[in-house]
Amino acid sequence: MLEVLFIGLSLGSILLLVALGLAITYGAMGVINMAHGEMVMIGAYVTVLTGLWLGLNIFFAIPIAFIVTAVLGLVIERVVVRRLYGRLLDTLLATWGIAILIQQAVRLELGLSFFGIHIAGLGPGLQNVSVPAVLQGTFMLGSAEINRYRAFIIVVTAVLTAVTWLIMYRTPIGTQVRAIIRNPKMAAACGIDVARVNALTFAFGSGLAGVAGVMMSGFKTVFPDMGTPMVVDGFMVVVMGGVGSLLGSVLSAGILGEINGLVAAGTNDILARAVVFGVVIMIIILKPKGLFSLKGR
Amino acid sequence: MSIDRRKFLKGGLLATTGAIASPYIISTAARAAGTINVGVLFSLTGGLSIVEKSLHDATLMAISEINAAGGAKGMKINAIVEDGASDPKTYNEKASKLVLQDKVPTVFGSYTSASRKAVLPVFEKRNNLYFYPTYYEGFECSKNVVYTGAVPNQQLSNFIPWIIKTLGKKKFFIVGSNYIYPREMAKVSKILIEKSGGEWIADEYLELGHSEWGSMVNKIKTSGCDVVLSNVVGDSVVAFYREYKNQGLTHDKLPICATVTSEIEIAAMGPEYAVGSYTSFPYFQAIDTERNKAFVERYRAFVKNPKAVTHHALESSYFQVFLWKQAVEKANELTPTAIREAVKGQEFDAPNGHVKIDPDNLHTYLTPRIAQWLPDGQGKIIDAYKEPTIPLPYVAYGETEKNLFCTGKGLETAKLKT
Repeated sequence: MLEVLFIGLSLGSILLLVALGLAITYGAMGVINMAHGEMVMIGAYVTVLTGLWLGLNIFFAIPIAFIVTAVLGLVIERVVVRRLYGRLLDTLLATWGIAILIQQAVRLELGLSFFGIHIAGLGPGLQNVSVPAVLQGTFMLGSAEINRYRAFIIVVTAVLTAVTWLIMYRTPIGTQVRAIIRNPKMAAACGIDVARVNALTFAFGSGLAGVAGVMMSGFKTVFPDMGTPMVVDGFMVVVMGGVGSLLGSVLSAGILGEINGLVAAGTNDILARAVVFGVVIMIIILKPKGLFSLKGR
Repeated sequence: MSIDRRKFLKGGLLATTGAIASPYIISTAARAAGTINVGVLFSLTGGLSIVEKSLHDATLMAISEINAAGGAKGMKINAIVEDGASDPKTYNEKASKLVLQDKVPTVFGSYTSASRKAVLPVFEKRNNLYFYPTYYEGFECSKNVVYTGAVPNQQLSNFIPWIIKTLGKKKFFIVGSNYIYPREMAKVSKILIEKSGGEWIADEYLELGHSEWGSMVNKIKTSGCDVVLSNVVGDSVVAFYREYKNQGLTHDKLPICATVTSEIEIAAMGPEYAVGSYTSFPYFQAIDTERNKAFVERYRAFVKNPKAVTHHALESSYFQVFLWKQAVEKANELTPTAIREAVKGQEFDAPNGHVKIDPDNLHTYLTPRIAQWLPDGQGKIIDAYKEPTIPLPYVAYGETEKNLFCTGKGLETAKLKT
């Protein structure tokens, strides 16, 4: 039973890992970032490339992936997203377009494959990331056999969540972000540089997605389309938790993960997924603003 | 005995060929003298392009080798390449274009059953010919398709008894992706398991492309099985083997015996996760013959990648072009029907060994082999049939060598119902 609960916890942590960045970009900025999954994918490719070209393992890939995807996020915000604030559907289409561009860039090896130049680690094929021996296999926790890699993911997710919470609730910039979530115009009137804060927030959210990508690369296949299904799960968590609420995202990821784990253990994975979607639909019918929504005035 | 049946059937079928042939005679005459156009239809873009590009390359390589050696019947083969774009609907459109507009007498193509099913109506309606190189679930008996990949009995009839007798494993956990191929494979497996004195304790499925294996592997762990039979397909395979090791399961105690895990998936997951597990296929890159080694070298040179891997469907894509060439040389005219009649019973020395097209069901005699995966990502062949085995596409419904369901006359549906 403990092992089933652990798997549920692990499923929840993976959901949260991907949703954390979305909770910020969607929740705080009202941007439906369809390119979020591609940021996860870029993070995974950073792991592949740092392993192939620099001989670095997955631990070193975490900060590098964060920086790479944060910078990429900053560029996307500056070039495209900033022109679209307040236009929810337009952000959806524009970022979806960006997602396709990023996928093709990886598939075509940044366009170099047209000239017959190939970069090892890019291209349309499946890539693999070798996981250090420390993270393979299991360890015993009491009577339960615990999967090391999944435990590692849970730890990383917990750390990232804590860092995000600290930034949002204990730093001046976090206060500014929360002010913008409540009312961007009012925040601007109070002297907050909304454009700058938004750019940084978007970059931070993208960076979190990059770290999620590093973690995914260790137990999934790395390929250009890998991010697309994840973004759906991410939105599910954010919408159910309540837009703009970090606590809501954490709880909803945990609940969905455990439901998935328990139903899958009792019946099968296909049914478990159906039940998860059923629960999400129920919750958004009963509480359209999600489990924890901010009370607007 | 089989020769008698072949002769008999030919007599019956030749009568039907003349009537439908006329449009091709016109188009053959209009074509520039000395070339034969053929269609090559695989996905060069989209999710399936990873595998299908390699089938495409192998087909073009066979065509270029045949052309270098003087062509088919003295004519140069000209490949008209189309892209199926990993989408069955696109497959259907491109197949129609090749058949109606380019008027090719044969198309080589498809990897998934979904794409084959999508083009089937085009080839049947226009009485054209399709060469399909992939192992698939059987349960098909088209006069217009030549199947050169394995059917379930060629992957399982050796595998299951071998697992029970040689590995001494009796309790099977069957796991697969949730679509027709794994479900049909499971059906055949269960018949064979029960016949060989084993038992199956679970038959579970995950969505195609699903990569979250935590719950399933935990279920395998607690089920009390002693062997896992995997019909998992695509990138799910990678996540499955990784999770398997990460939950502390080892292939020496509880081996995964797979029907789909090929050199491609092993390379993508990292060989250390598969070491010691087994796969059943008629072809492995590791087949230790001069012919196969030369084939692998030529393929690597052709795609300009010294590390390229070869696999079963790729090898079938290659040798089926040679079978087609022999049929063209035997046929007295360049019509799909004439080529189809001529391909019946054609034999060829392929990289995997001797292959032969069954004159009844147009499937291919192949040699079943079992390999154990090594740390270098290659299989070590530990069991092989002495000779090629008959393809039985309806084995899950009781078809046997002595009681064929799919013959040159078509499918005997009465047998299917009983």
